[in-house]
Amino acid sequence: MSEANKPELTGSLLYLDGVSVSFDGYKALRGLSLALEPGEMRAIIGPNGAGKTTMMDVITGKTRPDEGDVYFEGRHDLTRLDEAEIAELGVGRKFQKPTVFENHTVADNLLLAAKAPRSVFATLFGGAAARESDTVDRILTITRLGDQRQRLAGGLSHGQKQWLEIGMLLAQDPKLLLVDEPVAGMTDAETAATAELLREIARSHSVVVVEHDMAFVRDLGVKVTVLHEGSVLAEGSLDQVSADERVIEVYLGR
Amino acid sequence: MKTPLLRLDRLGVAFLIVTIGAAALAPVLALVVPRDSAFAMPPYVVALLGKYMCYAILALALDLVWGYCGILSLGHGAFFALGGYAMGMYLMRQIGARGVYANPVLPDFMVFLNWKELPVAWWGFHSFAYASLMVMLVPGVLAFAFGWFAFRSRVTGVYLSIITQALTYALKLAFFRNDFGFGGNNGLTDFKDIVGFNVQSDATRAALFSLSALALALSYLIGRAIVVSKYGKAVIAIRDAESRVRFLGYRVENYKLFVFVVSAVMAGVAGALYVPQVGIINPSEFDPANSIEAVIWVAVGGRGTLVGAALGAVAVNFAKTYFTGAFPEYWLYALGGLFVLVTLFLPKGLVGLLGLRRRAAKPAPPAAASLAQQEEGAR
Repeated sequence: MSEANKPELTGSLLYLDGVSVSFDGYKALRGLSLALEPGEMRAIIGPNGAGKTTMMDVITGKTRPDEGDVYFEGRHDLTRLDEAEIAELGVGRKFQKPTVFENHTVADNLLLAAKAPRSVFATLFGGAAARESDTVDRILTITRLGDQRQRLAGGLSHGQKQWLEIGMLLAQDPKLLLVDEPVAGMTDAETAATAELLREIARSHSVVVVEHDMAFVRDLGVKVTVLHEGSVLAEGSLDQVSADERVIEVYLGR
Repeated sequence: MKTPLLRLDRLGVAFLIVTIGAAALAPVLALVVPRDSAFAMPPYVVALLGKYMCYAILALALDLVWGYCGILSLGHGAFFALGGYAMGMYLMRQIGARGVYANPVLPDFMVFLNWKELPVAWWGFHSFAYASLMVMLVPGVLAFAFGWFAFRSRVTGVYLSIITQALTYALKLAFFRNDFGFGGNNGLTDFKDIVGFNVQSDATRAALFSLSALALALSYLIGRAIVVSKYGKAVIAIRDAESRVRFLGYRVENYKLFVFVVSAVMAGVAGALYVPQVGIINPSEFDPANSIEAVIWVAVGGRGTLVGAALGAVAVNFAKTYFTGAFPEYWLYALGGLFVLVTLFLPKGLVGLLGLRRRAAKPAPPAAASLAQQEEGAR
């Protein structure tokens, strides 16, 4: 594959430059630029309609940008790849609404997510390798779902579904995790547990978290990027950006 | 644990015993037991049950794509009919000089249309092996080509259903035309023999029934092996949350394509077994209504169960045979009513009914209290 041999254009793990997307004339993203270093955890905040989810869609190949560059590991042009190819490169995504396979057991959900050959032939004849079962066991422990192993995912509580989906992300063993509103609809205790879980994950992965919950973002204690109307408004620690006049205006001025 | 054969549930084992048992028993009851005995199977019953077996294979094939992958094909009758035509062409070539016009090579309808040479599409069909290959290849290749474009373009839901419907309708119109070269309106009929045996004889009919029942058992085993594999789990996941599967890195279009092609080949084999038993194949087999009826069989039996689909096909067709004999004008109302009732009261079909009884017999295990519920309770 020549892709792997291409020279790196940037040292950033994820690099977005001047990305614009519009839907029927509505500009969801206007010249969004963002760089994420390897191993970094970043929180993205912003009011509704700021373009957070659209940004996730662009990175994961669901939406093609009208203009701008999106590079992963400095050499993979994500605007030319589709969802499956981007996932194979090592970008995992958790949806805003928890999306797990409700008719499969918790263990099978993780098995499907576990890093393994994805071709029809491999899954038809390969079955589950020992390595994958180890992954499933490990993730069940991390996400505290060990007791729910054989339960159908559809029967889990909302918070458990969120954890299961984060667990599925981990099972994929991606280089970059995109996590969209992981604590929406969670109790305070669950929110705190989720923050702990994400910090744990961030030790060995790069993570982008989109979140509304300020207490949660403070809990994470990482660099924050504020989006507004499709571009970056401010960047820095949570204290820095909360002191920024324009951020205050966007959040409180309406 | 790893062998798919060992992962059969009780329903599956029962299904295999019934189908393989019927395959073994039918020839004895039809040929050996004296005609006046209460256990004797009259020839018309053999033919009828043989037909049901073919419908059951078609239903099972449809369940594989609809029940497990969520692809509601309203054109599966097309694959069934194509398999049937391939077998019909072999049977036509077997007639040879025994036709009305006694042409050793050309079937009667070609002589009637004043054709001088055998069309290319008919070459090779004098060979049973070649025809058998075509029985699987033609539906398989069509399904591959159709699926390649449809799944790559991410056509899903009702839009896909409508295209499958259009596919079978287009084929029906094409096969209606005399110059398409497959017997036009009249189709192919007046078959004489199959691999040297008279298609009309009781022994051949019993053998065809047994083969159909065995083909049903084999289709079940193939289907079961597919759905319990990791591939099958991915296919069910696609049915429930397609984009999630994509973001996990699976090529959804390839996953759909494989199951669609396997299903089409199964339907083709069902059609090929059907044609010698009913003695005719004509363009009405492509009728969209046939494909929709097959969907009803699956819904009635219980989608996503394989056994239920086969059961539904036999049950609905048994009812159809009875109704169209007793009250011919009410059959379509009965069919429509059945579909409504099943949708409203039996979302899991007849097989779901079995599951309900078993669950009622066993006390439900105490639900494990979840961590979140405990936390919520503590607050």
